[in-house]
Amino acid sequence: MMKVEKISENMVYQKPRLITNNTMHYCPGCSHGTVHKIVAELIDEMGLEDNAVAVSPVGCSVLAYNYIDIDWVQAAHGRAPAIATALKRLMPDRLVFTYQGDGDLAAIGTAETIHSLVRGENIVIIFINNAIYGMTGGQMAPTTLIGQKTATTPYGRDTALNGFPYKMGEIAAMMPGVTYVTRQSVDKPAAVRAAKKAIKKAFENSIGCKGTSFVEIVATCNSGWKLSPVASNDWMRENMFPEYPLGDLKNNG
Amino acid sequence: MEDIKLLKGNEVLAIAAIRCGADGYFGYPITPQSEVMETLMDERPWLTTGMVVLQAESETSSINMIYGGAAAGKRVMTSSSSPGLSLMCEGLSYLAGAELPCLVVNVARGGPGLGSIQASQADYFQLVKGGGHGDYKLIVLAPNSVQEMNDFVGLGFDLAFKYRIPAVILTDGIIGQMMEKVTLSPERPRRTEEELAKECGDWATTGRKASRGKANLANSLFLDSVDLEQHNLHLQKKYREIEKNEVLCEQIQVEDAEYIMVAYGTSSRICMKVVEDMRKEGHKVGLIRPITLFPFPTEIIAKAAEHSKVILSVEMSAGQMVEDVRLAVGCACKCRVEHFGRFGGVVHSPAEVYEALKALM
Ligand SMILES: Cc1ncc(C[n+]2csc(CCOP(=O)(O)OP(=O)(O)O)c2C)c(N)n1
Ligand code: SF4
Repeated sequence: MMKVEKISENMVYQKPRLITNNTMHYCPGCSHGTVHKIVAELIDEMGLEDNAVAVSPVGCSVLAYNYIDIDWVQAAHGRAPAIATALKRLMPDRLVFTYQGDGDLAAIGTAETIHSLVRGENIVIIFINNAIYGMTGGQMAPTTLIGQKTATTPYGRDTALNGFPYKMGEIAAMMPGVTYVTRQSVDKPAAVRAAKKAIKKAFENSIGCKGTSFVEIVATCNSGWKLSPVASNDWMRENMFPEYPLGDLKNNG
Repeated sequence: MEDIKLLKGNEVLAIAAIRCGADGYFGYPITPQSEVMETLMDERPWLTTGMVVLQAESETSSINMIYGGAAAGKRVMTSSSSPGLSLMCEGLSYLAGAELPCLVVNVARGGPGLGSIQASQADYFQLVKGGGHGDYKLIVLAPNSVQEMNDFVGLGFDLAFKYRIPAVILTDGIIGQMMEKVTLSPERPRRTEEELAKECGDWATTGRKASRGKANLANSLFLDSVDLEQHNLHLQKKYREIEKNEVLCEQIQVEDAEYIMVAYGTSSRICMKVVEDMRKEGHKVGLIRPITLFPFPTEIIAKAAEHSKVILSVEMSAGQMVEDVRLAVGCACKCRVEHFGRFGGVVHSPAEVYEALKALM
């Protein structure tokens, strides 16, 4: 008992209370872990532990329910926004959010994503855009950059063969029912703080039933990109940020 | 006082959902069942009971809305017709895997492909045998009247919650579109949050983690195959339990019958007429009408086969349920099993069934 008190007295940093003790399966350096931390901290700080349901995707973050200690619904690939729609409509006072990768949200789940935005569902969509399919071994995503090498674009993404990357954030911002669209990253402490502020605003919008909030996080997948965590951050800043510029795309909250 | 109305099968599905305290309906228009959502939108139950009604962008989406609502322990329902059910099979597999209760209605039409909008019974395999991936079962109810369309909404929800399994009403365009007199179900209020917590507290993802003291999860992912096998064994045990307890079946003049038809839904109504006509002529003819297609009345059919010469499965399909009838009768039994039916949206007449049965005598 004494010992514990002493440790907490000197503690300058700790695991958020709502992050479980389960061993995380994410690759070291992956952005997913950082975003999980932000989400867990916010739910705790905003007092939403007894008022939150989240929907996990199919993708590397499929097991998000093992790490953030709240109620979760595990979705079929791409269907999270439809599930979140029903959760929120049936329980309008809850915080309801989805957490999805680019394949989940912008490829197989395009219809579910677009139509939850069209209806202006009072949910939050957290969109981890790492320009690749992490979970299945690094294949091309809809957001993969032109020329980017992946397992299914071994010679680089060729627009004649694979088309162009597209920006779901900009599409979301076009929808009248969408309140808040922002693009953030978590590559340095200041960015983490900004991303946290953005997700907080999005959560407040959901609780206040102010329309859809769409928070895109431009993220790294160092394993898929075959780069070290540090080199991944550099590559992201150099290549991803010009294609997916950070900042608010819409803020009607 | 009894509430008696003259209604279409599709309309009564909507009315029954409101009256039995459904929390939500999510659907996508398709003939021949669009009246279900149209009736709900006209009734506006969100102003009275608080029931949510939403038109989704596809059946893929509506079944996933059902998945979300069911995960939260809500009484949620969708309806569609055959091509829509094909899109829902992914969701049905997830619902079965995650053991979530809900009610799904298929007002079936002719297939394959876009097929026709006329009544059909060719979705038996899809709903009774699977359709989606993995070893799973759904409770399948087969009404043959507008009254049963009404009654099976409440029954479907009750069974779905009793076993935490999707329940399906498998009907067709004829029963969906025809008007009959129906005694409506007594009104039962939607469950309060407290009642839901009491009934579904150990699994429903209501977002009340802190009050409950543990997080709930709706999930069908088991990365360790030994865990997944255990989960499957648990599901199989539940399915055996359902087979033991929940078989519903109507038997018409079966005790002394030498010639027995097996038919469900619309086809059973046609066969009733054939029993009547043939009995008048002195033929010992009977009808077994499975009301639950899963669980299937295997034992009832096996017992009837012992004293009968021929069993004729009469379905509006090229022969699907007949496989289950054959399994029930078994190859050791002397009773012959045959199939008859028109399909692709064509409905057999009593005269055609009469001839088919006569030819086997
Ligand atoms: C219906 C279906 N199709 C394909 C898959 C295989 N699959 C699993 S995850 C995934 C892509 C995930 O990529 P993304 O959404 O970008 O998430 P990340 O893993 O990068 O976080 C695919 C194609 C699946 N599980 N289900
Ligand atoms: S594969 Fe990529 S997205 Fe998945 S955990 Fe590893 S780094 Fe993260």
